[in-house]
Amino acid sequence: MNRRWIDLFSRLFTLLTALACFSLVAGVALILGDVVLNGLKHLSWEFVSTAPKTGMTEGGIFPALFGTVFLVLLMTVAVVPLGVSTAIYLQEYAPAGSRWVKLIRMAIQNLAGVPAIVFGLFGLGFFVDFVGKGIDRFFFDGALTFGQPAILWASLTLALLTLPTVVVATEETLRVVPRSHREVAYSLGATRWQMVRRVVLPQAVNGILTGTILAVSRGAGEVAPILFTGAAYYLPYLPTHLNQQFMVLNYHVYVMATQSPDVDATLPLLYSTVLVLLMLTFALNFAAIIIRSRLRRRLKAGR
Amino acid sequence: MAATSVHQGNPPAALETPKIAVQDLNLWYGSFHALKNVRVDVLPRKITAFIGPSGCGKSTVLRTFNRMNDLIKGVRVTGKVLIDDHNIYEEDTDLIRLRKRVGMVFQRPNPFPISVFENVAYGPRIHGETRRRRLEELVEKSLRATALWDDLKDRLSTPALGLSPEQQQRLCLSRLLAVEPDVLLMDEPCSALDPIATARIEELAVELSKDFTIVIVTHNMQQAARISHVTAFFLLGELLECGETSQIFTNPKNEKTEQYITGRFG
Ligand SMILES: Nc1ncnc2c1ncn2[C@@H]1O[C@H](COP(=O)(O)OP(=O)(O)OP(=O)(O)O)[C@@H](O)[C@H]1O
Ligand SMILES: [Mg+2]
Repeated sequence: MNRRWIDLFSRLFTLLTALACFSLVAGVALILGDVVLNGLKHLSWEFVSTAPKTGMTEGGIFPALFGTVFLVLLMTVAVVPLGVSTAIYLQEYAPAGSRWVKLIRMAIQNLAGVPAIVFGLFGLGFFVDFVGKGIDRFFFDGALTFGQPAILWASLTLALLTLPTVVVATEETLRVVPRSHREVAYSLGATRWQMVRRVVLPQAVNGILTGTILAVSRGAGEVAPILFTGAAYYLPYLPTHLNQQFMVLNYHVYVMATQSPDVDATLPLLYSTVLVLLMLTFALNFAAIIIRSRLRRRLKAGR
Repeated sequence: MAATSVHQGNPPAALETPKIAVQDLNLWYGSFHALKNVRVDVLPRKITAFIGPSGCGKSTVLRTFNRMNDLIKGVRVTGKVLIDDHNIYEEDTDLIRLRKRVGMVFQRPNPFPISVFENVAYGPRIHGETRRRRLEELVEKSLRATALWDDLKDRLSTPALGLSPEQQQRLCLSRLLAVEPDVLLMDEPCSALDPIATARIEELAVELSKDFTIVIVTHNMQQAARISHVTAFFLLGELLECGETSQIFTNPKNEKTEQYITGRFG
């Protein structure tokens, strides 16, 4: 090949990559623009504070919003202590480089790769049928109480799904706590727990927070894991007990899009619901990014 | 064993009972034999300097005194380290109490990324002190001992990482003093400081040696000569010579010691 051809080829390649990049940006902009423009029309205080009416062609999304927040809160309560303790164990207690630790890490990584629907089925089989029914048998004389899809089981299933996020984010920050700080703590006579509690954890708060927010934003977005474990199509009441079903934004979107008796009447509401869901997720991700960059800056300053 | 204070070099003139007596100490990092039959005495309320070329085991010896080597995987130790006549490598040794009594400052100033006050209060807190008044007393006392109090008394709640390197190193010393140890181990405490700060930290070490037993590791011959009473010279994991500093620097017995202090290797 002579020079001119090579030149031409390289220009063509530049053009192609730029085009690929442009189409990506354009695609995102189109989707976002569409959702924002159409979604804003119907967005109002009333929309987020009232229940759906007349077969989801009127009214708002309050129960779904309420359910999402409740669900994600429960999930957080479950996943943060579990994830943080796992990370602390792996980083601080487990003998470094042992087979056992490698196995746990591998298990966690694989957990992150499991399709969400599998979590849903697992949740149904394990939490609802095994744990729930077991509780009913032992504590409620077999009366159906916990042995059914419920917000408790759905949140635990989500907790399992988001566990890797929390563990990985926490481990990452534990790893950057300087070795010298641990040594100082020991040299002053600290026990391992005192070292972790007063030296490592305070410096890891940011990372734990980031992990939590990412987990929450992921948890608020997944439908598959809660489909069989507690999410309801429509409920005339808000969930007030752990063993009740609940409505949730993302599933509500799906229901509106596929089950509405009057597609045209539902469409504006659907747009607004998607917008609310997107804003929620973006806000959470944004918060995570800000906290993380602050952490990075602080670490650089500390070195 | 009556002859425990026999030195391989000249014994220091004063026949005081040593604060720390190291007897036939051997240490392995895995299969690497890092310390070989080390015997050395550290006298109370004196400054003992450990000198020797890089990698000869100075830090390793130092870290046996508070058993910080225990934190490293694959370390094996034989022999005795007697502190106040108690062998700290005995099974029943309470590591927490040991490290409270034998404190350490490190090569780089390493305050925690928290406030000045909290840094100094850290040690007392982990040893169970919760009374605010008592903590304040301890912080003031410890900061006074390192001549930081006047500079910092109005800035106790500012972040420790904002201090100058010298102040940070002093703060680390204060943090250590707050747990009320009686032995201070210093592993090249001035290596990250400029000459002026170094001189002032040296002054401080001399001042502190009135109340504390100090062991200092240094690469700086002048530093050892200026501030220490006893100097121990290590080479390849062995103690080659130990004696009064003036004798080591003017009239070393060992040929290798002479070569090292006159700068012919290391
Ligand atoms: N954690 C470790 N694992 C394996 N070998 C080690 C470890 N720490 C030190 N060593 C080895 O032990 C020997 C003594 O190390 P030590 O740090 O005590 O030397 P030093 O005299 O303090 O050196 P320097 O003046 O460079 O600080 C060196 O050869 C070093 O490579
Ligand atoms: Mg060293």
